[in-house]
Amino acid sequence: MEHLVQFYAIYGSLINFIGLNALLALSLNVTLAAGMLSLGNAAFAALGAYTAGILTVHYHLPFIPAIAAGAILPGLAAVVLGLPVLRLKGVFLAMATLAFGEVVRIAAVNLEITGGAEGLTGIPNVTNVWMIYLALALAAYFVAVLRRSQLGWGLLSIREDETAAACLGIPIFRYKLLAFVIGAMLAGLAGALYAHLNYLITPRDYGFFIAVDLLIYNIVGGTRAWYGPVMGAALLTALPEILRGIGVAAGPIRMGVNGLILLLVILFLPNGLASLINRPRAVTATPEASGQRA
Amino acid sequence: MNLFAQQLINGLFIGSVYGLFAVGYTLVFGVLDILNLAHAAVFTLGGLSALWLAQHAGWSIWIAFPAATMLAGLLGLLLNAVAFAPLRHRSDSQFSGLISSIAMAIVFEALSLGLFGARAVRFPAGTVKVHIWQLGPSVTITSLQVSIVAVVVLLMVALTLFLKRSRAGKAIRAVAENERAALLLGIDVRGIIAFTFFISSALGGAAGILYGLYFDSLGPDMGRSIELKGLAVIILGGMGSIPGAILGGLAFGLSEVLTVAISGTSNLRDAVAFMVLFAILLLRPSGLLGRARMREA
Repeated sequence: MEHLVQFYAIYGSLINFIGLNALLALSLNVTLAAGMLSLGNAAFAALGAYTAGILTVHYHLPFIPAIAAGAILPGLAAVVLGLPVLRLKGVFLAMATLAFGEVVRIAAVNLEITGGAEGLTGIPNVTNVWMIYLALALAAYFVAVLRRSQLGWGLLSIREDETAAACLGIPIFRYKLLAFVIGAMLAGLAGALYAHLNYLITPRDYGFFIAVDLLIYNIVGGTRAWYGPVMGAALLTALPEILRGIGVAAGPIRMGVNGLILLLVILFLPNGLASLINRPRAVTATPEASGQRA
Repeated sequence: MNLFAQQLINGLFIGSVYGLFAVGYTLVFGVLDILNLAHAAVFTLGGLSALWLAQHAGWSIWIAFPAATMLAGLLGLLLNAVAFAPLRHRSDSQFSGLISSIAMAIVFEALSLGLFGARAVRFPAGTVKVHIWQLGPSVTITSLQVSIVAVVVLLMVALTLFLKRSRAGKAIRAVAENERAALLLGIDVRGIIAFTFFISSALGGAAGILYGLYFDSLGPDMGRSIELKGLAVIILGGMGSIPGAILGGLAFGLSEVLTVAISGTSNLRDAVAFMVLFAILLLRPSGLLGRARMREA
């Protein structure tokens, strides 16, 4: 027990961050399940963080309602954003959500209620490690159930072939919007928890590079099951610490090794880390499919 | 009014550098339909290595510039060989190519940190002799600005002629149009793709050098500020369209300086640009000059 306490004293913040990043990665996983490449989930997390933070700091709301609001408001924002944007596909959807993310970041810098560039400070520190992991466990369970539901199969068929899915009578747009909103709410929840863990949120906390990180967690971990993004987030969040542990000096070398490991996983584990546990059929394109571009 | 004219001129110059950067992005996207997120890291390494050649090797900028541009092109070949070629026939090559290019971007950024240090550096004084011409009361234009635009125009004309007239350029366009048909016609598709990366990265490196000269400051994180702008520019101009990228770059540069000039603060500079980007995506996803089919990409 004493060892456990000591371990937590040293690695507590790392453990917390693994949980939060895994939650964020799961939020993107829901949108990726429908083949939608969104770079907006970091912005949804920022919305959740600021909503919950502002509610507790300025309006002295209790923790639970503030967290709930932190999940709901990004969900509403996702409806408003998704209605026009989800018609776009692939890189174009990524760019539109990226532009949304930048607008959110710039708004946070310029608004008064968000505390401007210095960020919102004095957020009560309420979030605990068990809350993070409870939220993560519930989210993981939810994603696992979702995958086997009618919605889950619908999303998968949209990802594989949207035209064929439409011919099967799947309400494409409604399903996509639903996945987008669920992802946004999970991201908002992670943001709200983060805000109450860290005393402080700044506009830089959820910028473009975080949005890209979420995608990296998913691809490195594997997008086909709930544990993929969790594994990806855990490995990549802990990687700098692991490298430090085995004596890789800080600075450019650690950064380079970090990049190389990412590259190796992409090149040699096509379905991500999750394929180490449970090998699904390797999905390689037939020459016909890869030779023909849309 | 004079301030306005001056801002317009500045916007055009910085816009032409954005355009040059974005042309490299859009060239690879046009051929492969893949975003190369390591382009900004090549931009940084190009600028920093030109600086090193000018400062430590004591080369004239007129030799350091083409040398560093070639070096950036070689980085493009490396990028293709390591991060893109092995993934080409995977079904998810759009996603995995994106990630492997990010991985290479991290490696390149680590490289530039390790080789050149973390500090912001500048070209030694007198690298380029600067004349200042007075165009009107308090409207000036420097010879540096003029040479930057001259270099950009020269590179663009050369690129356009190359793509239109030369055999290799035609092969690039054929691969962009339909990879399979190009292969059936006996075009060395793999070689052409590698060559495209070479040109794209060389242009990115050239943009890095010009950017460093214009702002008189270079550092390992300089690519980060232009990465998003480059993406915005190619959307604005139309993915895969080279004139579109130039036009988008100019429009983006102008919108930046005009927002600052009109609103009086720099806070909203990027907001306006990204709102415009957002609107373009919704109203005309193929961009100003893009082809309609690109929307499906």
